[in-house]
Amino acid sequence: MLSGTGLVAGYHRGQRVLDGVSLELEPGSITGVLGPSGCGKSTLIRVLALLHTPEEGVVRLDDHRVDRFRHAAPAALRRQVGVVFQHPRSAADPRHTLRRIVSAHLPAKSPPQETDRLAELVGLTPDLLSRRPHEVSDGQLQRACLARTLGTDPRYLLCDEMTAMLDASSAATLVHLIRAQVHERDRGVLMVSHDPALLAACCDRTLHWEELARPT
Amino acid sequence: MSEKTVPTGPEADPEAGPWRPAGRRRPGGAPGRGTAVPARVRLAFAAGTLVAVVAVILVVPLVAGDAATRTVDYDAVLLPPGAGHLLGTDDAGRDVLVRAVLGARVSLVVAVTCAVVATLLGTLVGAVSGAVGGLTDAIVMRVVDGFNAVPHLLLGILIVALYRGSLISVVVSIALTHWTTVARIVRAEVLSLRSRPYVDAAISGGASRRTVLVRHLLPAVAPQSALAAALLLPHAVWHETALSFLGLGLPPHLPSLGTMVADSRDDVLLGAWWTIAAPAGVLVAVTLAVAGLAGWWRDRLVPRRRSELAL
Repeated sequence: MLSGTGLVAGYHRGQRVLDGVSLELEPGSITGVLGPSGCGKSTLIRVLALLHTPEEGVVRLDDHRVDRFRHAAPAALRRQVGVVFQHPRSAADPRHTLRRIVSAHLPAKSPPQETDRLAELVGLTPDLLSRRPHEVSDGQLQRACLARTLGTDPRYLLCDEMTAMLDASSAATLVHLIRAQVHERDRGVLMVSHDPALLAACCDRTLHWEELARPT
Repeated sequence: MSEKTVPTGPEADPEAGPWRPAGRRRPGGAPGRGTAVPARVRLAFAAGTLVAVVAVILVVPLVAGDAATRTVDYDAVLLPPGAGHLLGTDDAGRDVLVRAVLGARVSLVVAVTCAVVATLLGTLVGAVSGAVGGLTDAIVMRVVDGFNAVPHLLLGILIVALYRGSLISVVVSIALTHWTTVARIVRAEVLSLRSRPYVDAAISGGASRRTVLVRHLLPAVAPQSALAAALLLPHAVWHETALSFLGLGLPPHLPSLGTMVADSRDDVLLGAWWTIAAPAGVLVAVTLAVAGLAGWWRDRLVPRRRSELAL
């Protein structure tokens, strides 16, 4: 189980973006968090993904209390929590090809077939893999970012409004893929969004932000 | 007392055309220069000058040979420009054109080496400092401040005074006094880059600091570093010239633009203006050409700047 308890976090001293937020994420289920823009959903994801150090509170990953974040956190721990960001354009290095982006989290000596398998999993055709981010659509790039995240075979997948930049068809395809991942690989998925219809369609349970944010 | 107001905006000068913020160019003008010369003309002039200088530097030594710079002929002292010697001779009867060309070659080699060494050092220090952050970053930046607090020429003079008369000491003195500028640029760029989501994604995927630095940060700052090296080049030429002019740079037998200008001081007082005209002309031409090309590259690399100026 991935959990955050009493999380307090911000980006400047004295400014609290998260103020006593608690959340538990079970493997094999999709949890949705519904909240307005700017309420702190992305910061919550960054803390749970071990990318941002909370000022207060505890993050636990499968009964392991996490005390260090970002590079200080052990790589093996970081690889257990995957993140899919909202904006694929800024989540992909513009200098890399899609093949390099997809294979970024694979071990150094992985065969090329492993990259092809991940690309096929998310529906990327082989001809797209030689292109760079500016040569593909947002939907195709988001699929590449999802494939990259799945490269570590994470136990938990945190999706930060991952369909916000996509058209309905691309969004439906990615949601279907995420659901398949939950059932086949027993991953725990957190989907945050401000779209109640999306969360109602794909989540096993949906929480409102007010339910998570209880000031300490 | 009546309050005096200073007219601003369109009412300040109705005939000056539509109002635009101070420092911004008129549409169609050259970007960021406040001049009417179009950018492509400046580019062609700079590139043409540099190509011509490099061609002369490559061709003349082949024709004249290195011995021409050392051949002393006291029967041909301070001859004015003419058929035998296109740019005249100096006070030892040596051909000024040959020496100026070979001097430019030495100065350019020194400047390029200095620019490359300073850029590599500055990029490495700036990137590591920005990527690691925290206490390391604070300490490194205070060291940079310490270097910047001492006048560059003074520090350069100190270094070459310890190991004078050596090509390496000149290179080291210029590189050690100029890496800080590059380090600051690169650090600022890295601080901006390291908060990008693709860097977060790499960290989330288990990437080490070194991997993030090598795969994402250094390739991203490489164009800025290369531009910094190009902008440093003309400055390094002048620095080498200044050190040699002060008698602290290259040894006298090695012609550089600085040693030539220094040697010609007494000759100019005797009316032999050509002894200083050749090295000074090459110095100005090379620095203006390199600075022109670097400025064009900077405008290409930072398109935001151009779009802002085109308002």
